[in-house]
Amino acid sequence: MFNQWEIAVHRKFIEIIKALIFTGIAIGTYAAHATPTLLNVSYDPTREFYQAYNTQFTAYWKAKTGQDISIRQSHGGSGKQARSVIDGLEADVVTLALAYDIDEIAQRSKLLPANWQTRLKFNASPYYSTIVFLVRKGNPKAIHDWNDLVKVGVQVITPNPKTSGGARWNYLAAWGYAIQQPGGSEKTAREFVSKLYKNVPVLDSGARGSTTTFVQRGIGDVLVAWENEAYLAVNQLGKNKFDIVTPTVSVLAEPAVSIVDKNVDKHKTRAAAVAYLEQLYSPQAQELIVKNYFRPQLQDVALKHQNMFPKLKLLTIDKDFGGWKRAQAVHFSDGGQFDQIYERGAH
Amino acid sequence: MSDRPTLKGRHASVSEPRLVRWLLVAIALAFLCVSVVLPLVSVFSEALRNGVSAYIDSITDPDAISAIKLTLLVAFIAVPFNLVFGVAAAWCVSKFEFWGKSFLSTLIDLPFSVSPVISGLIYVLLYGAHGWFGPWLQAHNVHIIFATAGIVMATTFVTFPFVARELIPLMQEQGSDEEQAALSLGASGWQTFRRVTLPNIRWSLLYGVLLCNARAMGEFGAVSVVSGHIRGLTNTMPLHVEILYNEYNFVAAFSVASLLALLALVTLAVKSFLEWRHADELAAKHKH
Repeated sequence: MFNQWEIAVHRKFIEIIKALIFTGIAIGTYAAHATPTLLNVSYDPTREFYQAYNTQFTAYWKAKTGQDISIRQSHGGSGKQARSVIDGLEADVVTLALAYDIDEIAQRSKLLPANWQTRLKFNASPYYSTIVFLVRKGNPKAIHDWNDLVKVGVQVITPNPKTSGGARWNYLAAWGYAIQQPGGSEKTAREFVSKLYKNVPVLDSGARGSTTTFVQRGIGDVLVAWENEAYLAVNQLGKNKFDIVTPTVSVLAEPAVSIVDKNVDKHKTRAAAVAYLEQLYSPQAQELIVKNYFRPQLQDVALKHQNMFPKLKLLTIDKDFGGWKRAQAVHFSDGGQFDQIYERGAH
Repeated sequence: MSDRPTLKGRHASVSEPRLVRWLLVAIALAFLCVSVVLPLVSVFSEALRNGVSAYIDSITDPDAISAIKLTLLVAFIAVPFNLVFGVAAAWCVSKFEFWGKSFLSTLIDLPFSVSPVISGLIYVLLYGAHGWFGPWLQAHNVHIIFATAGIVMATTFVTFPFVARELIPLMQEQGSDEEQAALSLGASGWQTFRRVTLPNIRWSLLYGVLLCNARAMGEFGAVSVVSGHIRGLTNTMPLHVEILYNEYNFVAAFSVASLLALLALVTLAVKSFLEWRHADELAAKHKH
């Protein structure tokens, strides 16, 4: 038998549960913003650049339209970020490491058209970078090019290409260098890369992890890294401790940007999102790009800073490796070239 | 009074030479020092490396404040939720016999045995854009994944067993004799719970809630999967620490980490204080 008290308690309990559920939903929907907000879903090494660029763009947008705008950033591994957008992270713009990652979004979620890369200049790639070497000050092991990395007694730090996008570039750059050598072939390239990975004492899972291993923990003689990451490490962590060495051959890494059509239409932010990406090609933004150690696309800006970015032969994924899909299948899939090399290297 | 013989017995059981005893104590202390005290000290010393003002700056940064607020909000929802359901589940499992009881008991343990990353992924699979409920949620403009709701749900899931697991062994040990006595004397179900069961379990309950809270604020794996890592919006304190660390901003990273460490220390202090304050009561309750 229920008495009065018990019924009252029962009611209260149900009310509490109702309240909890509604709070949850209310907080969930609160994401509908008051001032226009852009969400830029990006990858790891662009944090510092977009922090600066967002300030520049909000000022530009205010001057142009009189409108306030706020920009939110999300950073993480490029592939993981693409996955999040596919799973429903409502990015207005994506600025990822590889065109391949944005292709995945277009293909799997249909949030943007397949021809997205034709909508902006330079293959929708406002800045680019390449792979260089970071060595200890004075370059004690005399490392000048890729062939110095396979010498006995040289410790090379590079992350694991199975998990890290950056590491794939490192691997392909080494492979491309070996093939470019006189008498180079698939066979010599495999031997070369295999030798190189025998010199790797720690295979971190991501590019920042490798940088920390080399810079903070002091392991290794040379770090194979993005040019922008190498500069950042030098300037943030030790101007007198490291030198940057540019090899003769490396790869052209073109990060790509796009608006996410269905999301900007839903948020009614298309105009701002388009302007946000187009402004990346403005001289001011290109200067900011240089300040953050990416290579600019605008000729004028590039000429002005040519001392900072030595010329080198840049291989491209499409021309030299048959595109990302093929490179991925040949080199990094399970049982692919890297697995064969690394397994043999381990024994 | 009944304490005396046991105490005596305990003394007699220690027959090792003094040197061995000291050595054991020294080893334990050294281990504690290396694995607990030193890391704790290093968190604070790294945080204060550039002085107090740098420390204050890093914890009052808007993104840090928003991470702190979100963490508190998540704990504020997840902990009471688990308090209510933990007590209900423990009550159910320990005081009643029913079909499927061992299954329920296993289910309560599930979040402990599943890796937190998997817990987060489950929510993405259910509520993500291509998940089971994804299309419906999108059509109704309800955000769960990559929003606060998802973070709260993932945290609640991961911290669910803490309260229940603290209570179940105690409540089972206590049996239901006292409750039955109360009921037979005419107390209602609610009265029995409030007057008999709750006083018996309050220490374990408090301990469970403290543990639950500490984990809710410190959870990383599950939250990392469902957060979306939007700065100033869906970053909790542990995620913010990781971001700062990856940006080479070590002082700020350790400053925010020190807040989490402080929280753990305060939790411990509160627990010790309460135990000390109510020592007599505790001793009387436990009778051993």
